Amino acid sequence: MDLRKLTIQEAHKLLINKKISSYELTLEYLARIKEIDPIINSYITISEEHALTIAKKADDRIARNLNVTPLTGIPYSLKDCFSTKKIRTTCGSKILEDYLPSYNATVVKILESHGSVLLGKQNMDEFGMGSSCENSAFFNTKNPWYLDRIPGGSSGGSAAGLSAGLSTFAIGEDTGGSIRMPAGFCNLVGLKPTYGLVSRYGHIALVSSFDCVGPMTKDVFDCAIVLEQIAGNDPLDGTSLKNEIPSYTKKLVSPVKGMRLGIPKEYYQLGMDIGVEKSIQEAIDVFREIGMEIVEISLPNTEAALPVYYLILFAEASANLARFDGIRFSGNPEKDFDSVMDMIIQTRNEGFGEEVKRRIMLGAYVLSAGYYDAYYLKAQKVRTLIQGDFNNAFKECDLLLAPINPSTAFKIGEKVDDPLQMYLSDIFVVAANPAGVPALALPCGFYNDLPVGMQLIGNHSSEEILLRAGYAYQQETDWHKRQPSI
Amino acid sequence: MITSEILRNEYEPVIGLEIHAELNTRSKMFCGCDASHYSALEPNINICPTCVGLPGAMPVLNQKALEMGVMVGIALNCNINEMNVFSRKNYFYPDLPKGYQISQYDHPVASNGWLDVMENKQEIIQRIRIRRAHLEEDTAKLSHERKYALIDFNRSGVPLLEIVTEPDLHTIESTLAFANKIRTILRYLDVNSGNMEEGILRFEANVSIRRRGSSKMNTRTEIKNLNSFRSMSKAINYEIERQEKILSNNSAVAQETLGWDEIREVTVPQRGKEESHDYRYYPEPDIPPVFIDKDMLKKIRNQIPEMPDSREIRFSQDYGLSRTEARILVNEKDKADYFEITVKESSSPINIIYSWLIGEMTSIVNERKTSFKETHLTPERFARLLDLYTSGRINDFTAKEILNMLFETDKNPEDILVEMDLGKISNVNVLSELIDDILEKNSDLAREYLGGKNQLFQWFMGLVSKETKGRSDPSVVKKLLNSALSDFDKE
Repeated sequence: MDLRKLTIQEAHKLLINKKISSYELTLEYLARIKEIDPIINSYITISEEHALTIAKKADDRIARNLNVTPLTGIPYSLKDCFSTKKIRTTCGSKILEDYLPSYNATVVKILESHGSVLLGKQNMDEFGMGSSCENSAFFNTKNPWYLDRIPGGSSGGSAAGLSAGLSTFAIGEDTGGSIRMPAGFCNLVGLKPTYGLVSRYGHIALVSSFDCVGPMTKDVFDCAIVLEQIAGNDPLDGTSLKNEIPSYTKKLVSPVKGMRLGIPKEYYQLGMDIGVEKSIQEAIDVFREIGMEIVEISLPNTEAALPVYYLILFAEASANLARFDGIRFSGNPEKDFDSVMDMIIQTRNEGFGEEVKRRIMLGAYVLSAGYYDAYYLKAQKVRTLIQGDFNNAFKECDLLLAPINPSTAFKIGEKVDDPLQMYLSDIFVVAANPAGVPALALPCGFYNDLPVGMQLIGNHSSEEILLRAGYAYQQETDWHKRQPSI
Repeated sequence: MITSEILRNEYEPVIGLEIHAELNTRSKMFCGCDASHYSALEPNINICPTCVGLPGAMPVLNQKALEMGVMVGIALNCNINEMNVFSRKNYFYPDLPKGYQISQYDHPVASNGWLDVMENKQEIIQRIRIRRAHLEEDTAKLSHERKYALIDFNRSGVPLLEIVTEPDLHTIESTLAFANKIRTILRYLDVNSGNMEEGILRFEANVSIRRRGSSKMNTRTEIKNLNSFRSMSKAINYEIERQEKILSNNSAVAQETLGWDEIREVTVPQRGKEESHDYRYYPEPDIPPVFIDKDMLKKIRNQIPEMPDSREIRFSQDYGLSRTEARILVNEKDKADYFEITVKESSSPINIIYSWLIGEMTSIVNERKTSFKETHLTPERFARLLDLYTSGRINDFTAKEILNMLFETDKNPEDILVEMDLGKISNVNVLSELIDDILEKNSDLAREYLGGKNQLFQWFMGLVSKETKGRSDPSVVKKLLNSALSDFDKE
């Protein structure tokens, strides 16, 4: 069995037809992880015992046909920013390298209730701060397509692992492209849902206003399967939407004829690699062929998205990371300190990486007396303009098509010395989060043998439309069926 | 020599109060944990990921706490903000698990209110302005040992209402009167027990002084750790005198946070928290803004019970009490409630009920460390006892005796009376015999009385009372004793 190709749908059929047990399937994944992961380094923690225990229980459930769902017995992986009870959770940071949470994140609880098998926690840029997975405190993750390339970030481990066949699906998190970028670089489907659609309880917050928990899968159908189960109101999350969750899978196979696809003209003015542009153009042609109306629209405040995004990120992250003080968890309890403040300072200085410290300082600055108005408040005000752009655009179209990144995956080490360069490459992905709108990343081609991804962006709670369009696209193309040779 | 009197004439104290009141909700401000931390048997048992600040945990607003905040705001004559926004107040300290406190900054629940206070001596009414009242979460509790500190998170996340006044108070008396009034109002609203000893209600005083007649403000200090009205009075007085000495020496008062040292009775600069901190407030993204609409306001307004001021007027009108008497009663909601029920159940005159309640009853309640709310000596039984007394069936002494017994048992006063045969002995023969017996046994003292030592009469009265276990009717005894003594004289 080619684990690189195996989808949730296929795995589910195999399980209920008793062609394989969840235990056997889990063993196969664990074996492949042992073989391949030392090369790509996608996992920080492999929860072998836990996985096998859950798999056994799932098998029992399947045998007795007890409330079996499409996710029962299916092995999956988590970006290491989700609180998992008694399983190490690091957020890619040294400051949490020994942290064992006492509770499960809501999304973990949900998947556990389905009997999904957690294989392990995956590498990420430290606390989500990065677009290449090079900011992890532990190691770099390699793109399985080309081992000298980055997999994207910050859900780099999840993308690399999934693409290399080390899990059937993954749960990532997108604050400013962190699901979409790695999905694009690794030839996967990744969804940033509407803000509030999926509970954030138990997700270690980076930017409370932007963070979105979402699925990473091999195709759109799988994505719909996962979203259907993890979306929904959570009383533990005060920002959780109260909408009724539609059956995304049932609505998937619907005609897309007549859907208006908007092309934001500003994005194409910003420039991208020839190969990327070609793939996007081809995608537009496909959408036209299947009956969608192509409309040019404008997002006039596109250039403001980057500074708005980063200023708010710095501010909120600086507060969200303040709790890492070495008192209740992390830090070195054996060491002697002169004072409490001394302990806090040393713990944070040693435990945080450079990029994290940089952003915390910028965040404190941006919120400080005398600068709050000029930076944070201003950013929040301009944010409403970005939201306005999307509102206006969706009066003229049903969804937008945009690139994810101006290039394909760059080489490891290429951009580490210039953080600003790194920020700039986020230009296409950072607008969705401040606006709270959903965006679906899809494979749309190859350039120099590296995957090219595109994103469909929709209005609030329009996941149905995005998934339908994505599904229709994947009926006409087979980019998503290609595998890396690893 | 410059005496404190001279200084006090030259300088005027300028005092503002900051009040932190823990709200009487069942659960904490932002999570479902039990909020009654002071009754927890062990540290760190009423905790969850949210109030311990674990990574990934999120706050959810306690609606009841918000409603209580609105209620207090209304009772303090404030504007209630239609849009309530919570903000993060950022600073590092071991008792603050998230590294920020969720509070309210520029959209507090209530603002621009006032409260009138009357100093009993002056009989002047002063209007004290209330700047704002806002909701926030309490921090964990630290206990300091020599080489380490212990953190108890039972208190972390408990709802607090912070009330800040303008510096409109200029005497210690008015400050105490104001503090007392706030405390009473909070108890009337049932949002806070008023317990200062255990820190359920906390007062901090901002104190400065200025030349009388001047409107220029001087540097103020902040005094914490005032856990009784006595401490408040002493601490503020000490601080005023300290500042007066500094200013009269042409020095400047340093802006600092001070603690009140109960034992040495001085204010002491506190280390620890940073001064003039930039808290970098910004809106809490995990809690969407809350809108308080007219319907909600109306519903909350209707929940407000009769407040002390109106009750004082009503007591004065309905019960014929003086304003002072009414105020003393009304200041303690439970006592006032008790009084009203007693009046309803009893046929005794109001002044009797009042004096027994304020006097004997209050002493016993305090002695027994119970309260007018908790005691099982119901106002109904108390009423019946008073009626026995006013009807003349029992005397003062007996009434007090039965009152004490009523705390021990659930029986009615009439039943106790019957059981213990405590009717007043007015039987003349019985009493005459007893008196004769007493005079015989104390004949030399009887002669001393007849010789002019008049005070011995009371002594004989006391002895009769003692011998009859207080059951004798004093007026009858007096007559009989008088005639017995004059008979004795004739012998």
